[in-house]
Amino acid sequence: MELKPLLIENARLLGGDTGCLLISDGRIAARDPADVPADAERADAKGQWLAPGIIDLGVFATDKPAFHFGGVTRAALMPDGGHPLDHPGMVERAAKGGKPDLWVHPLAAATKGLAGRELAEIGLMKASGARAVATGRARIADAGVMRRVLVYAASLGLTVIAHAEDEGLTTGAVATDGEMATRLGLASAPAIAEAMAVARDLMLVRETGAALHFRQITTAAALDLIREAKAAGLPVTCGITPAHLFLSDTAIGDFRTFARLSPPLRSEDDRHACLAAIADGTIDVLASGHDPRGPEDKRLPFAEALPGMAGAETLLAMGLQLVRDGHLTPARLFDLLAANPARLLGLDAGTLAEGMDADLILIDEGTPWQVDAKKMAAWAGNTPFDGMPMQGRATAVWKGGQRIR
Amino acid sequence: MTSATIRPASDYPPGGDAFRHRHLTGIAQLTPWEISYILDAAEQWVELNRGGAAKHDDALAGLTIINAFFENSTRTLLSFEIAGKRLGADVVNMHAAQSSVKKGETLIDTAMTLNAMRADAIVIRHQSSGAVQLIADKVDCPVLNAGDGRHEHPTQALLDALTIRRRKGRVEGLTIAICGDVLHSRVARSNILALTLLGNEVRVVAPPTLIPPAMERMHVRVFTDMDEGLDGADVVMMLRLQNERMDGAYLPSPREYHALYGLTPQRLANAKADAIVMHPGPMNRGVEIDSSVADDAERSTITEQVEMGVAVRMACLDILTRRTRKVPGWN
Repeated sequence: MELKPLLIENARLLGGDTGCLLISDGRIAARDPADVPADAERADAKGQWLAPGIIDLGVFATDKPAFHFGGVTRAALMPDGGHPLDHPGMVERAAKGGKPDLWVHPLAAATKGLAGRELAEIGLMKASGARAVATGRARIADAGVMRRVLVYAASLGLTVIAHAEDEGLTTGAVATDGEMATRLGLASAPAIAEAMAVARDLMLVRETGAALHFRQITTAAALDLIREAKAAGLPVTCGITPAHLFLSDTAIGDFRTFARLSPPLRSEDDRHACLAAIADGTIDVLASGHDPRGPEDKRLPFAEALPGMAGAETLLAMGLQLVRDGHLTPARLFDLLAANPARLLGLDAGTLAEGMDADLILIDEGTPWQVDAKKMAAWAGNTPFDGMPMQGRATAVWKGGQRIR
Repeated sequence: MTSATIRPASDYPPGGDAFRHRHLTGIAQLTPWEISYILDAAEQWVELNRGGAAKHDDALAGLTIINAFFENSTRTLLSFEIAGKRLGADVVNMHAAQSSVKKGETLIDTAMTLNAMRADAIVIRHQSSGAVQLIADKVDCPVLNAGDGRHEHPTQALLDALTIRRRKGRVEGLTIAICGDVLHSRVARSNILALTLLGNEVRVVAPPTLIPPAMERMHVRVFTDMDEGLDGADVVMMLRLQNERMDGAYLPSPREYHALYGLTPQRLANAKADAIVMHPGPMNRGVEIDSSVADDAERSTITEQVEMGVAVRMACLDILTRRTRKVPGWN
């Protein structure tokens, strides 16, 4: 079907100045165009924000209703949402899992079965659509294997997305060391488990020059290491989810399993360090970590429940809260949500620049709403933000210039 | 001595206001006066239990109490069973080994099943911290925590407080050393909460590998040297050390543990001359405690703790079922 050109008018581009955007052939044609084709359709944004669709880096399920609600147009799928994505055929199937109204970018398993021992067929998986390589929910324990994964992926031009927890310290732990874990009688691990993992991998990056992205960095010590590494020019980036920016380990009080996350929620001091790092640019990516889990995984004693949260629906509103709280400008929020993930995955998307895929969202940044775990669009309502007031939501979503919501 | 420690009823709020909780899931939810209310109530059951052949009361006649033990236990289960029966209740024991839990039924489904059987109180022990609270949120009757993971074991702390109060005449202003595997111990957590709340100086004495993180945030002093930790103590509370902790992961060997942390007569000499020695049982004689100390009737309260356990559990069952029984003032 041939799409007519579309002009979105009266929109605050990236939450800034009011302007309009012309879309044709599924791509962004021009910003504030001088000439508008006669047959162009027009859409009045009525002063709402117009932004690139969110590129959610590192989700565990292709959960379209949640992504559409949250303004996510592209989801980078972790290799261990289900059976490990360690085979070209599986990658190809996962990449098609979003058609026609969601881009799914599979992340190739770094090792066979994600067992951390043998290299997976990264090159063939790239040919099948993998956009980056990931270690999954855990890091690769063996430094030698990790080093080989880094150089191999780098030779194919792929970034490795790593988890940062030292398994020697964290095995069996379900919380971060501290008063809360001790009072609840939960097995816990020291927060430095994260910095130790980061330190090892930064050494490998320093030696190999390979690009590395830590999917979630949540502690002051690890952020300091990454800040130094970036200053030294290493090709390293990191991300975070809103949970670690808005919640500390007090949220696990009363054994709330919806607040059981991986990595676990940290101390209030670490939370503030994360806010500082998102403000000073140390953190590059804000993602949902979307991992919907039903009662069979969550309505259990805390230590037996599985970690993870359904985050796609709250990601945008929490990001807007960071703007309102003065930690980010609107433009930088969309760098964290779209431009930086796009660069990492090598996509022609994620900004409002000419020639980019017209994956766009309109945002009513003022609308108040309340999170209700029982009425989520996601297929499970495991959110630690249950009951919290939110502000702002996506009101329209385009993928490749086609309105999908 | 005993009667002097019981506060008159007029010291407490009237009726149900004296103990406002539907469940007993932990000491963390209790106020100091609620603890002393239970201890006072337990005294009458101590008297009854010592009263000769007819150790029986009909207060809970017609009520059904289910002891749901998902983790093996002999003493605590027996203690709760005797407590329920002495109050005239119909007591049923459910062992996880015999139940559908082994067949993969979830804890919530098990709880709903117990609830549908219309129990008037459910006593639960479970190997996972927070499991008892999870069940308490789902059932209509009072739930008593008989131990959940490393989290809490409130009736043990209450019976320990009662034992101390009867031996020392008070359970405030004392120096109490809790010694051993604090990291994995729900007994330690509940005792730390109860004894600090009642106004005692609580010390934790343990190898550094068995001290929980941020321990001092629970208002205790932490010692890794046993002699220093016992110095001037009124009460020495030993914890059981599970054998599997001594296989090298947390401790090198039982004999090294005994050498550094075993309670010997020489070590006990650091404590006050009239210090008492407590142990929740079962003991590892020759590892955490020497037989000569455990069997010293002057110092050891170990059998008395077992006795107080029945009385305290009778008091808890009585108090928590008063609303069901429509006791005047409890609604």
